[in-house]
Amino acid sequence: MRFRNFVMTGMALAIAAPAAAEELRIGFVAPMTGIFAQIGKDMANGFELYLDQHKSDFAGAKVTFIVEDEEGKPPVGVRKAEKLIRQDKVHMFVGGLLASTGYALAPVSSRLKTVYVLSVSAADDLTQRDLGKYPYIIRTSWTSSQPHHPMGQWACDQGYKRVVTIAADYAFGHEVAGGFQRVFEDCGGKVIQKIWPPLGTKDFGPYIPTLKKDADAIFTVMVGPMALQFPKQMQASGVKTPLIGGGTSYDEFVLPSMGDEVLGHVSALQYSAAIDTPHNAAFVKAYRAKYGKVPSYYSESNYTTAQMIHEVMKRTKGKWPGPQQFIKLMSGLKMQAVRGPVHFDDMRNPVQNIYIKKVEKKKMFGYPQEELWNTIIKTYPDVGQFWKYDKQAYLKTPLYSRDFPPCKYCE
Amino acid sequence: MDAQFWLIQIFNGVSYGALLFLLASGLTLIFGVMRIVNLAHGAYFLLGGYVALTVIWTTGSWLLALPAAALAIAALGLVMERVFLRPLGFDPLRQVLLTVGFAFLFQQAALDIWGGDNLIIDPPATLTQSWVVGGLHLPVYRIFMIATAVAIGLALWLAMEKTRVGAVVRAAVDDAEMARGVGIDTSRVSMLIFALGAFLAALGGVIGGAFFGIYPGLDFEVLPIAFAVVIIGGMGSLTGAAVGSLLVGLADNFGKALFPELAYFSLYAPMVLILAIKPTGLLGRE
Amino acid sequence: MNRKLAAVIVALVLLGAVAPFAGSYVLVLMTQALVLGIIAMSVDLLLGYTGLPSLGQAAYLGMGAYLTAILASTYGFGLGGGFWLVVLLGILAGAAAAAVFGLFAVRAGGVYFLMITLALGMCVWGLAYRWNSLTGGDNGINMPGRPDFGIALADDLNYFYLVLGFFVLSLAALHVLVRSPFGRSLVGIRERELRMRILGYNTWLHKYLAFVIAGGFGGLAGVLWAHLTGIVSPGDVILTTSVDVLLMVVLGGPGTLVGGAIGAGVVVFLREYLATIVPWWQYVLGAVYVLTILYLPGGLMGIPARVRRWRSETH
Repeated sequence: MRFRNFVMTGMALAIAAPAAAEELRIGFVAPMTGIFAQIGKDMANGFELYLDQHKSDFAGAKVTFIVEDEEGKPPVGVRKAEKLIRQDKVHMFVGGLLASTGYALAPVSSRLKTVYVLSVSAADDLTQRDLGKYPYIIRTSWTSSQPHHPMGQWACDQGYKRVVTIAADYAFGHEVAGGFQRVFEDCGGKVIQKIWPPLGTKDFGPYIPTLKKDADAIFTVMVGPMALQFPKQMQASGVKTPLIGGGTSYDEFVLPSMGDEVLGHVSALQYSAAIDTPHNAAFVKAYRAKYGKVPSYYSESNYTTAQMIHEVMKRTKGKWPGPQQFIKLMSGLKMQAVRGPVHFDDMRNPVQNIYIKKVEKKKMFGYPQEELWNTIIKTYPDVGQFWKYDKQAYLKTPLYSRDFPPCKYCE
Repeated sequence: MDAQFWLIQIFNGVSYGALLFLLASGLTLIFGVMRIVNLAHGAYFLLGGYVALTVIWTTGSWLLALPAAALAIAALGLVMERVFLRPLGFDPLRQVLLTVGFAFLFQQAALDIWGGDNLIIDPPATLTQSWVVGGLHLPVYRIFMIATAVAIGLALWLAMEKTRVGAVVRAAVDDAEMARGVGIDTSRVSMLIFALGAFLAALGGVIGGAFFGIYPGLDFEVLPIAFAVVIIGGMGSLTGAAVGSLLVGLADNFGKALFPELAYFSLYAPMVLILAIKPTGLLGRE
Repeated sequence: MNRKLAAVIVALVLLGAVAPFAGSYVLVLMTQALVLGIIAMSVDLLLGYTGLPSLGQAAYLGMGAYLTAILASTYGFGLGGGFWLVVLLGILAGAAAAAVFGLFAVRAGGVYFLMITLALGMCVWGLAYRWNSLTGGDNGINMPGRPDFGIALADDLNYFYLVLGFFVLSLAALHVLVRSPFGRSLVGIRERELRMRILGYNTWLHKYLAFVIAGGFGGLAGVLWAHLTGIVSPGDVILTTSVDVLLMVVLGGPGTLVGGAIGAGVVVFLREYLATIVPWWQYVLGAVYVLTILYLPGGLMGIPARVRRWRSETH
């Protein structure tokens, strides 16, 4: 664990009464060892970059940032969160990577009445059907299905009528594919086949020959090593069907290791390192200069989380307002993040731009070499977690799973 | 499900089996001679891939990376055997536990040296094409995997059957005490075989690096698969490793293609079935 | 022997006495060490006494844990007085699973046994992962809270004492078991199985029973584990968990029962406490294992004997 003590006496240079240097203790729970260690580092780096840029001074409050390693295991996450709250007396804790960790940490926040900011964990139901149990959580990242609703619409608009989905067989894969399928079928498309390779599959040999040959496109939900292997194996197999994907199939965590086989592949997410705004350009350049790689959405999510916390502290003039008020203030934020404009819906999940992005090889932001970037080809603004559906009606339907939405058109 | 489907699936299954053979052959040889299960075998596989990447990054040559990585890990295996395993004498249980301790150390070291990003080993362009044979797209890389496994298998078999060193190894496998009785230095044989096992695992890692990718956690992911192969084929039998890898490769492939619901079990189901009938595996001996 | 027993009793009493003054985080760690200690002792029964190295005991922890979680979250059962019934069911579930798996595993010995138990453990993991409707898949199952049957277990101190109680009971039960004729036969089987068979012992049955008993204790540990962390997920039954438990026994000292618990304590301390101070704690843990295996075959519990021997040699 890295105990980073960013102690800076930030005295607010305000005309008003001198502000006392209050301390804001933020705990951070992420996998720093084990197989997800790199993602955890990306997460912490994103947050720390923001702290560095603002000298750990949030409107007069000096930020103490304590990082704890959850090893990618929910029970460890719970213990570390408890340590942060009981021993380190943090005002809030941020992070959690896996859906299972998010589900494990949310009850901790209720039990110990401490704010938990979910900066990555995308499990849909945490801010949907289960929200009532967790009054102290707020999510600053996304729900798994959120970007994939508009992706379904986009697929319809492209004229795709028959799509095959191939998604990693776990909750995240189910929710991403489910979100896509729901909207795609509502606008006239048909999902004609659903394939679920186990999480961690590297040899897609068994699956590729079973893909229906007359599909218009294949929608993939790949994570980590799967994302690297699938496009390569598809290319080698000679199957020419266009590949489109969920956000993690081509995000910047895996993109640097990919090759020309992914050129032209399209996916959807609330962030791309290639967002062509000065705000993002500055972020990408600063991040890359400091950490040697292009930021992934894990980094952006935590950077933006830090920014949001800062925004709340600005409104309280650097004083910790207590957990309930903090949640209230954060839910009321409307701001420009690196990813674009963000505000929160009434279920404490962000409403933001969703970018349809395409992999292209080019030079960006003044870097001399040609690299793979996720170029934005379409932006859907103000996308919430329920897309265009009525919230109550949506919540009455089941959570996305292998069997929901059902495969009505499966052949 | 036409003929094309079956042919391609058989081809895929065989190529997966080829990779498994590289992984399992070392494991089964180590067991045959030393009677221990090398639980660091997965780590050797992974480290082989990482070292290959470093070689490729510094020299740009994939061809060089193959032997370089394999030899480097063989050296590592050698050191581990001489310095750590040998002093334990003939205590297979403690030796096995020692390999576990090392597996953890290796995993952490790999993370510290190479970072935790998902990496892939890119083979030279010639190997990334596909040959179209009778309407079937056969990725050349898979053909390469099969060819390598066959070559290695043949080389091992020839060495075992036709050379003096091979005879010595076989003697040690059959009856270590008797072998010592006739003057064979079994500790030397152990050292040789352990290094060879590491060599094969690392080679598998380099070749598998284009197929699986190289990332933290891969070591403990491939380990149970290697075990399944060795258990099915029979511990200590090279032929068993070949048969086992072929069976597992095909079963896994067809299992996933035809019965995707049972995806997690298509690997272990045949293993449990065979164990129920013959506990030492198809070609194993006591 | 008596001195050792006295030492153990003193240690346990001390533990109970110190608990109310321990920091809340340390208390949680102590509870965790005790729960792992229970399953470690069951692994010691197999490894240290019967000579069977199992790499799949996490499966039985999983049976107990998932049963507890499913009963609590889906059926709301086990959160009051029903808790005690759940404990019993957890033990039975672990034992039942071991009874089935044992049929496959116990026929083999030595390293075959190791690999088969590994594979069977992975089967359970696969099940936990795949059977979404039952186990929640990789999301896991959240516990709705700790039981309250007059004593609120939500209070960490109360829960600690409960776990301590179960630990003492388990230790006592296993202690009696290994000193019984059955236990001695197990040791005999570990030393010279062929001879035991010639003498007419049904060695298979002995090993099988030991396996089932260990499974039962694993199930118990699973029930306590589920309530300790409040969430049960496939990560609890994965290979590395089984490996961890085995290493705890090796570290503590095989064949000593208590050694497993000591090993658990050391590993938990190293993992949770050291990890907050230095980033290279993994190397420390790995080095500790390697050094123990190389130079301390009796584990940490073997240190006094070694010191005594060294002393007598140098005098």
